[in-house]
Amino acid sequence: MSGFTALLARDLRLVWRRPGDVMVVLAFFVVATVLFPLGIGPETNLLARIAAGILWCAALFAALLSLDRLFAADYEDGALDLLLLAPWPLELAALAKCLAHWIVTGLPLAVLAPFMGLLFGLSGEGLAALGLTLLVGTPALSLIGGLAAALTLGARRGGALLALLALPLCVPTLIFGAGAVEAVATGGGFLTHLAILGALALLSLATLPWAIAAALRQAGE
Amino acid sequence: MASLHVLANPARFRRFSQKVLPVLSGATALVLAVGLYLALVESPPDYQQGETVRIMFIHVPSAWLAMAGYALLAGLGAALLVWRHPLAALMARAAAPVGAVFAAVCLLTGSLWGRPMWGTYWVWDARLTSMLLLFFLYLGHIALSRAYDDAERGDRAAAILALVGVINLPVIKFSVDWWNTLHQPASVMKLGGPSIHPAILTPLMVMAAALLLLFVVLVMVRTETEIDRRRLDAAERAQ
Amino acid sequence: MTDLEVTGLGCRRGGRPVFRDLSFSLAKGELLALTGRNGSGKTTLLRALALLVPADAGAIHWQGADVAADREAWRRRIAWLGHLDGLKGDLTVRENVATACHLREEGTERVDAALAAFELGPLASRSVRTLSAGQRRRAALARVVAAGARLWLLDEPLNALDAPSQAALRAALGQHLATGGLAIAATHAPIDVPNARTLLMDSSPPPGGEEHEP
Repeated sequence: MSGFTALLARDLRLVWRRPGDVMVVLAFFVVATVLFPLGIGPETNLLARIAAGILWCAALFAALLSLDRLFAADYEDGALDLLLLAPWPLELAALAKCLAHWIVTGLPLAVLAPFMGLLFGLSGEGLAALGLTLLVGTPALSLIGGLAAALTLGARRGGALLALLALPLCVPTLIFGAGAVEAVATGGGFLTHLAILGALALLSLATLPWAIAAALRQAGE
Repeated sequence: MASLHVLANPARFRRFSQKVLPVLSGATALVLAVGLYLALVESPPDYQQGETVRIMFIHVPSAWLAMAGYALLAGLGAALLVWRHPLAALMARAAAPVGAVFAAVCLLTGSLWGRPMWGTYWVWDARLTSMLLLFFLYLGHIALSRAYDDAERGDRAAAILALVGVINLPVIKFSVDWWNTLHQPASVMKLGGPSIHPAILTPLMVMAAALLLLFVVLVMVRTETEIDRRRLDAAERAQ
Repeated sequence: MTDLEVTGLGCRRGGRPVFRDLSFSLAKGELLALTGRNGSGKTTLLRALALLVPADAGAIHWQGADVAADREAWRRRIAWLGHLDGLKGDLTVRENVATACHLREEGTERVDAALAAFELGPLASRSVRTLSAGQRRRAALARVVAAGARLWLLDEPLNALDAPSQAALRAALGQHLATGGLAIAATHAPIDVPNARTLLMDSSPPPGGEEHEP
């Protein structure tokens, strides 16, 4: 078994042993999205128009909320030292951790979001677009949040700081993710948005594992 | 000995800055006086914007310096991570709040300018929105560098953040421009757009030079303070 | 023949030297016990040897080659026991030890023997969460044994261990050394094994006021 698979399997198994941690995040997503119609009012046209932005923002917050434990648990129980001392690149370990996070957070959110979209009166195409953009975009969120989580290891006020670091960096993903869903409604441009969203995810994939690894190394010093 | 050389750097900087700072401060005051005279008295009011055009003489250089300041943070971050240059950490710590203040000045003057021009203090103009996000990046850098009991950890974490941030800035800028053209047709007049009249260009450049000098002076003074503070910490811990 | 050669090693934290100009060598079958007061740099030295903390002076050579040149090969040669156990509470003892082997990209054939060495057989399928501190320490030590590495780096291995467990550790260490292994352990209590040498880390502040301007 390669170290990458071993780490991925370990993290998934840990989540499997405590499924509540994931359910809380998904429950947060559902509750947060339901709050918006209650605050804004039940007017269907307005809700359908802002649905993409709201659902994307809620998914972003839900993903970030679950990230502060991503490396913190390993940092606190000493398992991070074992990753730092594993005889294979730490960049791959960072990637495995973020992939595990995406599987248990980004993927369920992408599946769940279209159902929440129904409450906002999104069209069938809009619902499909929402699920698809979250599927393509959430890996970038896991990686960006993973970097913020690695940077704030052992910091005071970790959770809020993590959000402050990650949110500005998530703006491009948010713009093109929500933009793609809106493009379906307003006609045209969906594929362009989706392509740029994919490019953003690839850019994160190409750069952030190195940054996360650097952050983890300096946390281990 | 390597460690001696490493320690000598902040000390050498201090000797250098103590010689240079008085001259630089004087130059800053002089250029700032000339610039303000040119900007507030000499230059004509704009035929369209009236007297409010003078806000630009602060607003535009502040925007430049805020962006240059973040590039400086990234450069200092690289110097710290690659060469473990201790002065780079102290200078980044000193420069980040200065850059953030310039970004804030840019945002404030932008909204003051917007009140008479747009009839509102804030519009989601592409440039202003990008500047707002840059301001948030500064806030993250400042908060992260000060979030650790071990100051050196904060320095290195913030250095990594600055490098990631500087790679992301063009992406953020591109995204915001895209978002802006999509949601707002380009009817809003751009603040500090390319159509600058020559009569305005001279005071603008002088003001830019003055504010650049101010930036340098502030960063140098603050770096001296950081050096002293780090020394005090080290002395305290040695006891 | 010496396998490990440390020359002129120095480390500083927060602008203050923790230790410097540290030199020693270690041959097959030898244990080096690091002693010294709290804050004398024992943990930092162990972390520097594992390349977790960058040294700012000196070099570490393994069989003549600088270990920093091929970090992954070096990590394959060392097994690590930090002051934290590095165990996952939600995994069983066996899963923890086996996962650690997988993370080293090695097989799990040594796991059973390692568990047996610390009498963990009956606890193997218990969640680590339910164990006492001493039992966890034993599980962490079993992980070190199962790694099958040449050099053990141990930070306070005797912590929380009762007398029989300390004897088990001595036996495991003895076998490791007898089969050509090396070990470096930071410890307050003496570890009673043959071929043990002691390095006293001096906690007194180093001479000369480097931090201050002349």
